[in-house]
Amino acid sequence: MALLEVNDLRTHFFTREGVVQAVDGVSFSLERGKTLGIVGESGCGKSVTALSIMGLIPRPPARIVSGSVVFEGRDLTTLREHDLEDVRGNEIAMIFQDPMTCLNPTLRIGTQITETIRRHKGVSKAEARKRAVELLDEVQIPNAAGRLDDYPHRYSGGMRQRVMIAMALSCNPKLLIADEPTTALDVTVQAQVLDLLEQLRQEYGMAMIIITHDMGVVAEAADDIVVMYAGQVVEQASVLELFDHPEHPYTEALLGALPQIEGEGIREGRLTAIPGRPPDLIRPPTACRFGPRCPYADDEDRCTKENPELRELRPGHLVRSAHPTSERSRADTRMAVP
Amino acid sequence: MSSNGALLSVTDLHKHFPVREGLLIERTVSEVKAVDGVSFDIPEGETLGLVGESGSGKSTTGYCILQLLKPTSGSVRFLGEELTGLSREAMRRMRRELQIVFQDPYASLDPRMTVGDIVAEPLVVHSIGDRRRRRDTVRELLDVVGFNPNFTNRYPHEFSGGQRQRIGIARALALNPKLIVCDEPVSALDVSIQAQILNLLKDLQRDFGLTYLFIAHDLAVVRAMSDRIAVMNRGKLVEIGLAEEVYTNPQEDYTKALLSAVPVPDPRRMKERKAERRRLRGALADTLAT
Repeated sequence: MALLEVNDLRTHFFTREGVVQAVDGVSFSLERGKTLGIVGESGCGKSVTALSIMGLIPRPPARIVSGSVVFEGRDLTTLREHDLEDVRGNEIAMIFQDPMTCLNPTLRIGTQITETIRRHKGVSKAEARKRAVELLDEVQIPNAAGRLDDYPHRYSGGMRQRVMIAMALSCNPKLLIADEPTTALDVTVQAQVLDLLEQLRQEYGMAMIIITHDMGVVAEAADDIVVMYAGQVVEQASVLELFDHPEHPYTEALLGALPQIEGEGIREGRLTAIPGRPPDLIRPPTACRFGPRCPYADDEDRCTKENPELRELRPGHLVRSAHPTSERSRADTRMAVP
Repeated sequence: MSSNGALLSVTDLHKHFPVREGLLIERTVSEVKAVDGVSFDIPEGETLGLVGESGSGKSTTGYCILQLLKPTSGSVRFLGEELTGLSREAMRRMRRELQIVFQDPYASLDPRMTVGDIVAEPLVVHSIGDRRRRRDTVRELLDVVGFNPNFTNRYPHEFSGGQRQRIGIARALALNPKLIVCDEPVSALDVSIQAQILNLLKDLQRDFGLTYLFIAHDLAVVRAMSDRIAVMNRGKLVEIGLAEEVYTNPQEDYTKALLSAVPVPDPRRMKERKAERRRLRGALADTLAT
């Protein structure tokens, strides 16, 4: 049995302007000890997916309208708040993008770490403090015991994210959800934090969901990748398969749009920009959501009439497109080159 | 033009900020050397990429060149004139040739001005053309940057980040400048939109012979844009050279560490790079801020 199974999850926001279909039929599963990368651009629904798993979506305006989040056989969407609190922070922990705003500036670092431990483990204050020092040590904060009584403003961005990681690990969770954990950090600090996450994930035998807009970060950290666009999964595969044989025109375009750090003729070349912008999720296209920006979409065919199903093109490789790379004829490809 | 033929020559530029303490009686207790002896030239028509991590002093360097911050010492020569000694009026006139595109297209456009007024403002300030001529110029500029000229009466909030950045670029182009300082122009944008803006900046450089100082923290973005690259760390220029050489054969440990830390969208290469960056980190523990 998979550790986590998300089935046809739909999280909608009911706003005055209309219903925003932020997450619209997302399914994936995650095995114990594995890392899943969810990648996509802003507004694609990747963070709302994570918050829905954690039961942290703001209600109202948001609501899980259908679907299930099955964690170790229990559907988290049906749990009462109190039961959910036993899972959250304990069995599933989460770290967020902005370590600057996630820590309470008026509480000492130590207080914030021991809070979680005491809520879930029911240990004494002294015991929780001892554990907090161990944790700070483990996330490589120098002089951990001495820094426990500091306030967050004494910590740099990289160190704060380490504190967040320490707090997330405090109860030995089975699943860690990291939502853009390194986006606010400098590139050298990002590398350290990613290395640390990988090392701890192995030590603790955790599964991890890493949510990011950065194709480089998933290439580094993930075993499997889900690509999201406009609230839906458009492609899913193992990391090597996805980068070796991207099938969805969006995945392909996203990879083409990335400037490269290695190679020749980079200065002279142009990037393959994706024209237009993602659709309004209040009124998404009834047909393929990527259709309006897709170089292969054709007025005559299904692209403008129906939203393609997510289908298994090869074992383990799912794609939601009428024009995956491997099914494209030469003529299509020629047409698309401007 | 200066003696060595460069459009812009920066020599031994310093910018120090005082650190003050005390509630009632403030006194200066120390200084932060945000820019600490930076020198470089940019020949006309070229792009110099200025790359570094947060706090390295790259944006401060840009502001000091534009005299938006007054340098503590050093020289900034542009079109053969020393900018650091210019009067306010002379500098105002000089700004026709020297423009900037800011990082955050959400904060750098006045929300109470229409798109047309924003792009026309530099023309008004420098009393160029009459009302009608300016309106035509604004439409042309917006067209050039790929923004629908029929939207001149709308307000910035109606547009996405990418579209707003196009407005910011049109404003920078309005006076037909020689040099544009691009300060993190795409870091607030999604990848697919980022590519549109980078391509636009490349096209404009080709069509108008622009010279760029391109400031960014993203090493891949800088490489895509730059002929030469300068790496900054803690206010100092660590390394400067042709883009190809700096990236394929970095000389300084800091540059090596910086480059090795970038995640690349290739899982196989990533394995090798991870090993490399672990090796380098040991050698560099003290140079890097945690």
